Amino acid sequence: MSSTSATKSLQAILPGDVSKGSDGPPSLAEIDASCRVPVLSFFLSGLAWLLLGTAFALVASIKLHQPSFLAGQEWLTFGTVRTVHLNTVVFGFASQTAIGVSIWLMCRLCRVPLVAPGVVAVANLFYNLGLLIGVVGIFAGDSTGIEWLEMPRYATPILFASYSLIAVWTIITFRLRTERRLYVSQWYLLAAVIWFPWAYGTAQVMLLIEPVRGVVQSTVQWWFTHNLLGLWFTPVGLAAIYYFIPKVTGRPIYNYALSVVGFWSLALFSNWNGLHHLVGGPLPAWMITVSVATSVMMLIPVLAAAINHHGTMIGNLGHLRQSPTLRFVVFGAVAYTLASLQGILSSLRSFSEVAHFTHHTVAHAHLGLYAFFSMVMFGAIYYILPRVTQQQWPSNGLISIHFWGAALGILLYVVPLGLAGLQQGRLLNNASVPFLDVVRFTLPWLQLRTVAGLLLGLGQLAFVVNVGWLLLRMLEPLRKPVIQILSGGEITSTGK
Amino acid sequence: MSYGPLLFLGILFTLASSWVGLVLLPQRQLGALEQHVDTNSAAIYPQARAGEAQQGAEHYRSLGCVYCHSQQVRPEGFGSDIARGWGRRRSVSRDYIHDRPVMLGTMRTGPDLTNVGDRPLDAAWHYRHLFNPQATRPGSVMPPFPFLFEVRAVGPAGPSTNALALEGALAAPAGFEVVPTLRARQLVEYLRSLKSSGDLPEAPVKKEEAK
Repeated sequence: MSSTSATKSLQAILPGDVSKGSDGPPSLAEIDASCRVPVLSFFLSGLAWLLLGTAFALVASIKLHQPSFLAGQEWLTFGTVRTVHLNTVVFGFASQTAIGVSIWLMCRLCRVPLVAPGVVAVANLFYNLGLLIGVVGIFAGDSTGIEWLEMPRYATPILFASYSLIAVWTIITFRLRTERRLYVSQWYLLAAVIWFPWAYGTAQVMLLIEPVRGVVQSTVQWWFTHNLLGLWFTPVGLAAIYYFIPKVTGRPIYNYALSVVGFWSLALFSNWNGLHHLVGGPLPAWMITVSVATSVMMLIPVLAAAINHHGTMIGNLGHLRQSPTLRFVVFGAVAYTLASLQGILSSLRSFSEVAHFTHHTVAHAHLGLYAFFSMVMFGAIYYILPRVTQQQWPSNGLISIHFWGAALGILLYVVPLGLAGLQQGRLLNNASVPFLDVVRFTLPWLQLRTVAGLLLGLGQLAFVVNVGWLLLRMLEPLRKPVIQILSGGEITSTGK
Repeated sequence: MSYGPLLFLGILFTLASSWVGLVLLPQRQLGALEQHVDTNSAAIYPQARAGEAQQGAEHYRSLGCVYCHSQQVRPEGFGSDIARGWGRRRSVSRDYIHDRPVMLGTMRTGPDLTNVGDRPLDAAWHYRHLFNPQATRPGSVMPPFPFLFEVRAVGPAGPSTNALALEGALAAPAGFEVVPTLRARQLVEYLRSLKSSGDLPEAPVKKEEAK
C-alpha cells in the first residue's frame, strides 16, 4: 500500500476500519447498525424529493424556451414550478442527504453508536411533514416571494425544529465520543449543525414571522441564503471530502495543519459574503463592500482545501477506477474549487456588472450545488449505504450510468450556460440591443440546458434503481417462510 | 488533544460577528427609514400603495414574477439600466420602505419593472400581455396567464367595456369575450403603481435626463 509512516499517521488521525477490540471502543459494525434507520430514512426521503425536484426542474427548463408548454394550469406556471424545484432539491434532497451523511460521519469519527436513533428517525418524519406542507403551500400560492426561503411560515418552524433536534443529537454524539482525538471533518460538521439552525431561525423570525422594514429584508435574506450555502452545504461537503479521500486512498491528508487554517478562515469570512448578491443594489456601499472584501478573502480557505484535496489525490488517481465513492467525491472536490473561484470572481463589481441578472448565476448555482455538493453526497452514499445495510451495490453498470450521466450532464449544463450568461450580460449592458434580441440569443442555450437536465435525470434514475435493488436484497431474508424467520438468526444475516 | 470548548466558542463567535455586521447594523441604519417630505413642494415620497395595487402585489409574489423580473435600477455607469429607460435614477433603500416582501430579484429573463408604471402602457395592453405575452411582444418567453382571465358569453347589453381586444387565433369564439378576473385587475393595478422615481436628496432626479 504505502509507506508505514504514512499509514501510521493515517491511523492516528482517522479512526478507521483497522482495529476492533472487544473491550475497547464500540465496533464499527455496531456504530453502522445504530445509524441504520435514521440514515436510511434521510437518504431515501432525500432521493424521493430529488426525483420530484428534477422533474420540476425539467418542466421549468422547457418552459423557458417554450412558454406554451403546460401553460394553462396555474399550479404549473413557471414561477411556481421553479420555486418547487429549488425547495425540493435544496431542502428535500440536499439537506436531507447532508443530515444522513453528517450523522453517520459524526458517529464514525467520534467512535460512538448513535444514541436513541429513534429520535432522529422521528425528526426525519417531522422534517418531511414540514417539507410536504411547505411545498403544498407553494403550489397553493403561499410562496413568501423571498428567494431560497419560499416555504410559508406555517411550514418552516417544523423544519427548524427538526434541524434543531438534529443539531442537539449531533452535539450529544460529539460529547459522548470515545475517540478523543478530533479530525477536521468533525469541526466542519459540528460548526454546520450549529450555524445553520441559527441562520435559518434568524431568517424566519426577521422575514416571515415579524418582517423587518424595507431593504433590511434583503440583507437578512442574503445573509441567510449565503450561509445556507457557505455554512451548511459547504462544511458538510468539505467534511465528507476530508473524510473520504484519505479513507479510500489510504493516504493521509496532504497537509493537516493547512486544513485547520482552511476551517478557521472559512468560519471567519464565509458568513460575511452574503451581500455580494446585491452588488449594484439599493444598499449603502459599505455593506456591499464588506461582502466583496470578505469574498476575496475566501481565497484562503478555498486554496487551502484545494491544496489538501488535490494534493492528496495527485499520484493516487488509480484509485478512481476502483472506487465509485472516490470518483464522485473527487469530482465534487474539483468542482468545489472551481465553483468557489467562480463565486469569488462573481462578487467583484466589474464582473458582477456583466454576470448578475443572467444565466451565468444559474450556472454557478448548479456548479456549487450539483457538481460540488450533490456529487460529494452521492459518493458518500455509495460508501455509507452498503455499510449500514450490510449489502453490496447490485449493479456496477448502474453506478457508471449514474456517474457519467451526472458528470457529463453537469458539464453540459454549467459550461455552455455559464458562457452564454456572460454574453447575455454583455448584450443587456448594451442599451442599443433590443431586449427581445437578448431573449432570442439565450434560446438555444436554454434548449441545451434541457438536454443537460435530461442527462442528470437519467443518472439519478440509475442511482435510484440501484438503491431500490439494494434494499430489496436487504429485505430478502424477511421474505423467507415465516417459520424460518421465527427460528431465529437468519434475519440479521446478509442477503447472500 | 481535545479542544471541544474552544471550537464551540469559535463557531459561535464567527457567526455572531456577521450577524451583528449584516443583520443588526443594517437594521439600525435602515430599519427606521421614513418617507421623505420635500421642503419646497411638500411632496411625500414614497407613498404607500392603494388597496387594489397592494392586493396585486400579493399576486405578483404568489405567481413568482420576481424570478424573471428585477425591481432595482442600478446606478448610472453600472450596467445599462438607466440607458434602457428602466428608471431616471438608481434605486435607493428608501424606495422600498412599504414593500413586504421586498422583491429586488436576481434575474432579468424579462425587463426590470421598477418603473413599469411610468411607461406608456395602458391597462388594456397589460391585460393582453398577461393573457398572451407572445401577442404583444413577439419572441417573449414570458408564460401566458390564461387563468387570470375568464371567457364568458357576451351579455345582452353587448361586450363588456374591459373585454380584451384580441385578434386572430387568440380571439374568443363568436358570442364570447375574454375579460380580466379580479386578480388580473389587481395585478395590473400593482404593475401600473410601480414608479420609483421620486426626487430624493440621496437620489436626485436630473431633470434634463428625464425620459
